[in-house]
Amino acid sequence: MVNVQLKESKGKNKKTKLQLLGRFIKKNPAGFVGILLVLLSVGSALFAQWIVPFDPSKASLAARLTPPSWANPTGESTFFLGTDQLGRDLLSRIIYGAKISLMVGFFGVLISLIIGTVLGLISGYFGKWMDDFIMRFADIQLAFPFILFAIVVMSVLGTGIWKIIIILGLTYWVGFARLIRGQVISLKEQEYIHAAKAIGGTTFTIIRKHILPNVLSSILVLGTMYIAEFILLEASLTFLGLGVDPTIPSWGGMLADSRNYITTAWWTAVFPGVAIMLTVLGFNLLGDWLRDRFDPNMKL
Amino acid sequence: MIAYVTRRLIHTVFVVLAISIVIFFSIRLTGDPVTVMFSAGEPTKEAIADLTAKLGLDKPIWVQYGIFLKGLFTLDFGESFRSGAPVTALIFERLWATLALALGGIVVAVAIAFPVGIISAVKRGTPVDFFGRIFSLIGISFPNFWLGIMLILIFAVTLQWLPASGFDGFSSLILPSITLGMILSGILARLVRSSMLEVLNQQYIATAKSKGISDWAVIIKHAFRNALLPTVTFLGLQFGSLLGGTVIVEQVFAWPGIGRLIIDAINQRDYPVIQGGVIFLAIIMVVVNLIVDLSYSLIDPRIKVGRGGR
Repeated sequence: MVNVQLKESKGKNKKTKLQLLGRFIKKNPAGFVGILLVLLSVGSALFAQWIVPFDPSKASLAARLTPPSWANPTGESTFFLGTDQLGRDLLSRIIYGAKISLMVGFFGVLISLIIGTVLGLISGYFGKWMDDFIMRFADIQLAFPFILFAIVVMSVLGTGIWKIIIILGLTYWVGFARLIRGQVISLKEQEYIHAAKAIGGTTFTIIRKHILPNVLSSILVLGTMYIAEFILLEASLTFLGLGVDPTIPSWGGMLADSRNYITTAWWTAVFPGVAIMLTVLGFNLLGDWLRDRFDPNMKL
Repeated sequence: MIAYVTRRLIHTVFVVLAISIVIFFSIRLTGDPVTVMFSAGEPTKEAIADLTAKLGLDKPIWVQYGIFLKGLFTLDFGESFRSGAPVTALIFERLWATLALALGGIVVAVAIAFPVGIISAVKRGTPVDFFGRIFSLIGISFPNFWLGIMLILIFAVTLQWLPASGFDGFSSLILPSITLGMILSGILARLVRSSMLEVLNQQYIATAKSKGISDWAVIIKHAFRNALLPTVTFLGLQFGSLLGGTVIVEQVFAWPGIGRLIIDAINQRDYPVIQGGVIFLAIIMVVVNLIVDLSYSLIDPRIKVGRGGR
């Protein structure tokens, strides 16, 4: 009897998985769209070399500035999104461009997240001079927009993807540090932290076991939103010629090239921007959904 | 109050100093401009030494910083390596174009965000609200330079209603202002919506409604005026990022402002111009923030003065 019941409930569970997905989509349509868009861009970045229809760097002067195949009924274009000024396939370059944007997003956030979390924990838990230092740094950052700082530094260092990642990581940790500092200050006074102290827990254990798990969800939410912001900043810098090396296919670089052909080749200006917008929108929607799920009161 | 103002002033000077250190030393991390300026041909050693001395680059770096700092307080940023013109004159020549653009951006942002935010809040939970929120989310999800390119494509190339670039009267200001103001309007609409929602829940709104005042009169006269304060402060504090945004927008529209001056200087390794331009923008931002902060605490005495008051 018991066995039969168990089997039945197992079967039920399988059925409800699809239903669960359906219910999730119905309840969080925006979050679902966000997840799809993020999966699309991450998939493009990871599997770029296997899914591109053409070699993204293969130039062909005969095919330069060919319109998209569907917008060009008379010609014999095989390029779905057309070609750029050197005859390179736009779709393939956009797929490869996802690599650059997501690398900057993920690694930039990883660096700022690690620095910010460590410093935020320290300043929130111990306070004093560390706290002062971080708040002063935050003041400067608030007063001086990143793009100006990046323009100065990149103009000196020259282009390069890792330079951008490091500059973003070294300036944006302040956001994580402030967020975590605030949470730690209120967590510190909770009963269970006092209890953990009373039974002789070391500072390190308390932070690792009782404080860190409680701030992880906020870190995740802010991290997701920063990925979106970093992708935008990288594209802007590359557009100005101060970001990624111009020979590498990147969305900002493609838009910078398109500026000269805008009167004759609209597709070179439209599609890389659509790629940026969908990706950034995806991470923003995902971040919104994560925030509503974990911590609706979070001020972000 | 006087103590607070003094503290804010000291703090402002501290921030300007910190920014000046960051800019000055990060520019000098690499490359000496002399070799870049002689990029064509083989210069003689004497020619290099001559130019280095002429530009003051032979002095110790601390002396150079001292000169730079002294210039900061007298608004004298030296002379351009390239043209020899005083940097301050170059900046002031371009200042009006940048300020016009920033102002245009604010006007566009307010004109879009206030109606969208108010209607979203009043019609909370309806499809109108939903579209308002989607609008503000999309507003923060695309790069503003791409919006600029799209506007050029539609209004300048295809419809040929407005000029694509340059600085030629009011019509050339329209597209750059929309480009600059759009991102801000997305964030601003969110803020207007949430502060309107907060105010609409207050008792005095219910009282005003119960007195028989028409809905829109309540919304505009009672609710909106109270929701205005946080948004105005926010606008003041966003002025900085708006100035940062002008650098990119000026590049898209070939707008002859300070941003373009800086980018051109970067391409020519014209250090005094890069340095002077960036620090000038930074000073404008810091001063605007200071004014907003001080006037905020004057307008609304409930604001806690001091740390944590923000």
